[in-house]
Amino acid sequence: MNVFEIAQLNLWYGSFQALKNVGLAAADGEITALIGPSGCGKSTLLKVLNRMNDLEPECRITGSVLLRGEDIYGGMNVNELRKRVGMVFQKPNPFPMSVYDNIAFGPRTHGVKSRLELDETVEMSLRQAAIWDEVKDRLRKSALGLSGGQQQRLCIARALAVAPEVLLLDEPTSALDPISTGKIEELLLELKNNYSIIIVTHNMQQATRISDKTAFFLLGEMVEYGDTEKIFTLPRDKRTEDYVTGRFG
Amino acid sequence: MNMKKNLPARRRKNSAAAATEICLAALTWAAALLSAGVLLYLIGFILSRGLPYLKPSLFSLRYNSTNVSLLPALISTVYMTLLSLALALPLGIGAAIYLAEYARRGHRGVLLIRLAAETLAGIPSIVYGLFGMLFFVTWLGWGYSLLAGACTLAVMILPLLLRASEEALLAVPDAYREGALALGAGKLRTVWRIVLPAAVPGVLAGVILAVGRVVGETAALIYTAGTVARIPVDVFSSARTLSVHMYALSREGLHTNEAYATAVVLLAAVTGLNALAASVAGRLRRES
Repeated sequence: MNVFEIAQLNLWYGSFQALKNVGLAAADGEITALIGPSGCGKSTLLKVLNRMNDLEPECRITGSVLLRGEDIYGGMNVNELRKRVGMVFQKPNPFPMSVYDNIAFGPRTHGVKSRLELDETVEMSLRQAAIWDEVKDRLRKSALGLSGGQQQRLCIARALAVAPEVLLLDEPTSALDPISTGKIEELLLELKNNYSIIIVTHNMQQATRISDKTAFFLLGEMVEYGDTEKIFTLPRDKRTEDYVTGRFG
Repeated sequence: MNMKKNLPARRRKNSAAAATEICLAALTWAAALLSAGVLLYLIGFILSRGLPYLKPSLFSLRYNSTNVSLLPALISTVYMTLLSLALALPLGIGAAIYLAEYARRGHRGVLLIRLAAETLAGIPSIVYGLFGMLFFVTWLGWGYSLLAGACTLAVMILPLLLRASEEALLAVPDAYREGALALGAGKLRTVWRIVLPAAVPGVLAGVILAVGRVVGETAALIYTAGTVARIPVDVFSSARTLSVHMYALSREGLHTNEAYATAVVLLAAVTGLNALAASVAGRLRRES
């Protein structure tokens, strides 16, 4: 079963076309990696999937994006969509409040009021994001006091707290050191059992380490999409080969 | 050869640069000392002239021309400050939220409002006083009253609060907004629960400035709140704030010493208020 089906997607910022006729299906329970040089449209595609692009004033979209068969641009409530499709950003962005309140913000937004239920959700989300042991004694302290790697795992926990179906990650480790990066990668491999994951990454080793499928983008075009192993060992397209062997980008 | 020839010239250049640096350092030192000195002298002068006359009779509940009590004025000042803030703060913050969060950034209307606010902030307070007298006192028929004074001051501090709040909101990183929206929070919830709390320290800085202006104002109040030196019983009572009280005492020329004593109390009140606001801001920042 596919969680996302994208067909004939075109996107313009003003007169600049950032995505050209993209078609892609992301499967349930898999990690899909989007790779390509800067400005190739991979982050833009990610932001299409939870409609964060709505915030751009001059953004125009044609084509279809289906979330389990439902058109996300056809009358679906945006807040409901973003509850189902969580997002983690490039730079960790915990809110300037306590660890607990950071995690509880999502559930509270969607109407959870019971103290007991919130306590449970907070603990479960932090456990899932493999950061519970590090923060359980400081739930009431500011989240801004955590290290960069911890903050990013906190942001993942925050996204998980609203029980999304899909997790979108936009270069989640590019601001982190190798050890924190390793922890996040382990975490993602663990999470894919319960969530579908789509990740934008600049780091090709990262894509080979964790993803099942890889899509290669160049200048707004999706050049090639397939099993990660194939993309990196037997690419069909010359441009893919040049990129994954490090000849440009 | 060449290098050797250059050496004395370079040394001369170096010593010239060093001399300039010493001169500049001395100048900045002098500037810092002078500014601090003026301030300290002013405070010392007021304390030395006022402290000896700070007698218990100055704090009598009722003012008369023998005790020239400042207590009614002190209480009026508190009322005036709270009332004008209560009027101006919700408006200022509301308008700032609209400008920073809802209006399209760089829209011509926004720029116009901003320009208007900046212009209003630079208008002399006597002009506000004149407006207040014509509009609140005469046209609305409120007379010389606490309410007319507070409304006038509210109009006066509104641009200040608006600009401070707007700056504070704009300084909140977009990453917070994105984070909240990506969790499915709507615009309203994002603004109220995430952006506004993060902006509170900046808003408070604006409040401190506004309180300073309210407490120090005389010109705008003489013709709107009047100069009756009794504790106001309702918002339509005339009320004399500490600054106006000081002005009245010095103008009469009969109680100059008591005017200095009043200045000491005014100084203490402003310092206390600022310390309070700073500690609140500090606590909020630590919590966040």
